This record gives sequence, structure tokens and C-alpha cells, in this order.
Amino acid sequence: MMRHLRTASLIALATALLMGSASAETIKIGVNEPLTGAFAASGTYVVNGAKIAADEINAKGGVLGKQIELVIEDNKSNPTEAAAVAEKLITRDKTPVMMGAWGSSLTLAVMPKLMEYQVPMVVETSSASKITTMGNPYIFRISPPSNVESAAFEKIVDKLGLKKVDFLVINNDWGRGTADDFGKMMKAKGIQIGLVETMDQGAQDMSAQLSKIKASDSETVIVTAAVDQLTLLFKQAEALGMKKRIITTGGSQNPDQIIAQAGAAANGTMHLTTFLPWFPDKTPNPEATAYFVSEWKKRGFEFAGCTESFRGYDGIRTAAAAIEKAGKADPEAIRAALWQIDVKGLNGDIVFKKSGPAGKESGQSQPNVYLIEIADGKVAMKSF
Amino acid sequence: MSELLQHLVNTLVLGGTYALLGIGLTLIFGIMNVVNFTHGILYTFGAYVMFIVVQKFGLNFFVALPLSVAAGWLLGALVELTLLRPLRGSDIDTTMLVMIGAWIAMQSATLWVWGGVAKSVPTPFPDAPLSIGPVSVSWLRLFVLAAAAALIVLTYVLINRTRLGSAMRATFQDHDTAALMGVNVDLIYTSTFALGSSLAAAAGALLGPVYVVYPAMGDLAAVKAFAIVILGGLGNITGAVIGGFILALAEELGAGYISSGYRDAMGFVIIIAVLIFRPTGLFPRAERVG
Repeated sequence: MMRHLRTASLIALATALLMGSASAETIKIGVNEPLTGAFAASGTYVVNGAKIAADEINAKGGVLGKQIELVIEDNKSNPTEAAAVAEKLITRDKTPVMMGAWGSSLTLAVMPKLMEYQVPMVVETSSASKITTMGNPYIFRISPPSNVESAAFEKIVDKLGLKKVDFLVINNDWGRGTADDFGKMMKAKGIQIGLVETMDQGAQDMSAQLSKIKASDSETVIVTAAVDQLTLLFKQAEALGMKKRIITTGGSQNPDQIIAQAGAAANGTMHLTTFLPWFPDKTPNPEATAYFVSEWKKRGFEFAGCTESFRGYDGIRTAAAAIEKAGKADPEAIRAALWQIDVKGLNGDIVFKKSGPAGKESGQSQPNVYLIEIADGKVAMKSF
Repeated sequence: MSELLQHLVNTLVLGGTYALLGIGLTLIFGIMNVVNFTHGILYTFGAYVMFIVVQKFGLNFFVALPLSVAAGWLLGALVELTLLRPLRGSDIDTTMLVMIGAWIAMQSATLWVWGGVAKSVPTPFPDAPLSIGPVSVSWLRLFVLAAAAALIVLTYVLINRTRLGSAMRATFQDHDTAALMGVNVDLIYTSTFALGSSLAAAAGALLGPVYVVYPAMGDLAAVKAFAIVILGGLGNITGAVIGGFILALAEELGAGYISSGYRDAMGFVIIIAVLIFRPTGLFPRAERVG
């Protein structure tokens, strides 16, 4: 009797589960972001931006007459987890398209899974150049790779009068990739490269690296790291009495958070950024930027997060546009459609161009890059 | 030369805080024999208490410090009473697994309550550093060094010169005999764990304002604390202090003159080297044999 009861309840449960997924009239988009660990703050911002996009799209009737549903998973700032999360999103949640995975090392870990299951992913933040050059046709990146960043920076290095630079970068694919791309560009311009120092992604004390840089004969330091480490770096550089020009790359600086937390230590620092929430009028799509920034504030999020969260917003709008274009929620159709879309992104039009070896190209859009400076506790645009 | 001097000053400042982390853990891991994975989260907790008291309640920085230490004591006592007391006598693996669980649960709780965005704690110290010739050091870090030194001396005196200290040492040397001699063994277990925890919270409260405060800040700190304890010899307070300074020196010189990529690997290199060449640590505690 007991056994019968148990079997019966199991069947009931299974039926309920099956019915549940069959009757759900939504289209799923997988979101693979770091919500805990070293990059928790940034990943959470991106997810909140993604939710704004989903709500906006759903309020206008969704895509293909269905509501979109974000399936959000935490990759714990850990590449192994990022790959596991991608597999879970694809096999269990059956998401036909995903967005992720914030860090370059995280995205690189996910990429073989995309090949294995043939599901496309919109890359919203990662900037290691090799993501779009190693021949993965399921990658569609809307953030600027570090070679695009360095090409944009090339136009201003003469005006900054750089002579010799040191690098201090996070010790992962993002940081080392940036040091390579910027180093190559600068050498070609006749700028000397001094030290290339690295720091662990969770490191809090960079005094040793900074002491070494302080003693070098360069006048500028190029720094690549996320906002929390940048805050620490500026404070520690000040404590060591380091008087070099600091320029940061990568677009994960959240300048307002730096101003709030590093205070005077942030003055005089320059940042290569990919979004201008402070000056909506100067962005490629002022109206969309103004809407996004006001919606962000309305939801009670800190303004500082805007420079990070817009990526999630644009990423989800890109994925949704591709689903609409594809006409069905099918991975292969969405992959093909991603090549045809033209989305008005907050940082320029999102149109994918081919990148990487012929026959298995990845998609790469061409976002803008700006140089800003923090002066007297305020963000100012650096124009030349 | 000035670079080397700066590295040595950095070592002194960093070593003091490593020593503080080390002595808290050596009490729990070395003397109580509990592989304490919650040490890092208590460090984080101390930093958050500091943040709340100073930022939210607007209390003075110097008032907030003892409050953080007290909060660490209470949380430590709570962990001992609810998790460790029922497990007393069970094998070390079981306890270790429970402590790993407690670490994950408590870290997730911090993330849930305060979010992942790093917080900074305002301090009353001037931003401009103290500069003597080519060497600079911030006033805050000098204060942290002094406070750490005071706490280390206090702990040493408590363990070696007071009745409570001798009761602690007696209990963990021979639990039954100590009980027969009239020592309240339960109270000793709780207060030793609470003392170690309060030292972790003190380290967090002192270093939170130096760095930034976020849920995962204790992970690397805990790993370093284990390295220091193993280096200095389990249960040896003086050893943990010296171990803290050796680790800081290895990190500074390693990053300065070998490669900064391996800076945070120095702790692990030290653990491996010590385990191979001097498995009982550089300064082993005299063990009673038989």
C-alpha cells in the first residue's frame, strides 16, 4: 500500500512538473553572472540592468507574443562554476540564448560549452581580445575588446604626452590581455614599457607592487581591475606618496563609487570607460540613456552602478531582438538572427561584425570608448 | 635602497595585522584543535560591525573598535554553544565539515544582508601620509600597528599570566583532570573560542577601514591565518606573531623582487615548505608525552 502511494505521488509530482513547464508561455534567456565572490558587486549591477530591459520589453508585449523570462544563475566569480552554470542553463532550463559571464576568464570557461551544445551567448562585459578571435561562432560580444580600447586610446596618447608607462593589472585573462594589447600599441608609438606587475583578483593589499612602481622611472601607470580593487589601489598609492598619473581601463570602474570611497585619492585619475551616464547628451542614444538612468534611479539603485548595469540592459535587448528576428526560440535560428539585428544600444548601435578565423567567426559590435577624469571629486569628460 | 626601505616599512605594518589574525586562529586551531573555517567570516563580521557603528549610527571610530571586538566575542560564543558543543568528542573531520558549512552560511548571510557592493569606513586620520624622506606610511596604518601590538600583548598576558589563561591551557592539555580540579570546562571551551573569534573580529575592525568591507574579504585572510599558524607552530602565540611578520616579509620581498603574480601564493609556498622540513612549525609548542 505504502509503495503504491509513493509511486502515485511521484507520478503526480512528475506530471505537475511537466505540466508546469509545458504550460509556461515564456521565452527564457539565461543569465550567467557573478553574484557572489570577488565580482559580486559588478555582477549584481549587470543583473539589475538586465531586469530593467526584461520589464521594459514585457511591458510592451514581450517577444513573439510571449513574455521573456530571465533565468539568473550565480557563477560565483569562478570559471569552473561559470561552465557548470552554462551547462545547467542549457540542459535543464533549455534557454535558447544566454548572456554572460562578466569576467573574461569566466566567459572563456563557458565557451567550450557553447560549442558543445550549440547555443549562442551575448557577451556583455568581458574584454580579453581572444574571446572573439579564437573561432567560436556562438559568441556575440557587445563590450569593447582590449584591442579596440587600445586603438581608441591610441588617438589620445600623443596628447597625454606619455613617455614611459608601467602596468599594474589583475592576474587573469582580462588583465594580462590588456597589458599585451596596450603594450603592443604603445611600443609601436615609441612609448617605453617599464614594469608589468600583477595582482590576484581577491588581493586587498597592493603596497608591495605599488612600492616597486613608485621607485620606477616611468611617469604613468596603466591599471586594469574592477572597482573595489581600484578603490584600494588609489588609497594605497596615496598612502605611499606615489605621484604618478594613473589611467584605468576595462570599463568596470564605477567612477562615482571610487569618488565616494577613495575620496581625494581619486583626484587626477583618468579612466577609459564605455558609457557616459553623467552626460546623456553626449551618448549615441541620448533618449534611451536618459530613460535607462531614470529607471535605474527610480528602482532605488545607486547611481554608481550605471556604468556597469547598462551592459546587462543592452545585452538582454540584444538577445530579445535576435529572438524576435529569428521568429522562434531556437538556438540555431537565434544565432543566425544575431548577425542581422541592429539595436540602438546605450553606447552605440549594436551591429555584429565578423571577427576571428574564417568559417567560424564570432560576432563583435563596435562600441564607443571615452576618456574621463576625476577632478575635485567630480567626473569630467576629457576632450582633446 | 629607498624601495627596499619602503618594502620593510610595509612589512612592519602588514606583519602586525597578520600576527593578530594568526594568534586568534592559533588559540582555536592550535590549542582547541578545531579546524576553524569561520575565522575569515568573523574577520569580515568585525569589519561590518565597524561599518555599521561608524557609518549608520555615527558613533566615534574609537568607540566602534571595542564594540566590534565585543560583537565578535558574542558571535564566537554563539558558534561554540550551538555548533561545537554538541559535536565535542566527535572526530575532527565531522567538526571540520560543520565549520565549512557555517562559513558558507555566514558568508551568504552577509551578502544577503549587506549586498556585494564594497563599503568603506570613514576614519578620523588624515589622508596625507607620514613621509620621512623617500618612505611613506599612512597614519591609519600606524594606528593599526599600535592597536595590533597592544592586543597581542594583552592576549599573551591573558593566556600566560592569569587564572583564566592557566585554566584554558589545563583544559586543552587534559580535559578530565582539569574538570576534576574544579575547572568549569564548558565555560573554558566557550570562552577560548570566543576569545579567538574576538581577535579575528578585531583584525577585521582594524583592517576594514584600511581596505574596503565586502562579504568575501575574509577568504584570503583566513588562508593566510592558517599559513601563519602552521609556520609558527600550532598553539604558539609568540610563534604566530613571528610567523605573521615572516609571511609579510616573504610577500613584500617576493612581490618586489621576484614576481607580483606569486605574491599571494607565498603563504602556500610557506605552508608546503614548513610541512616538508619542519612539520611541527618553526616554534613548536612543548607537547606532553604519554
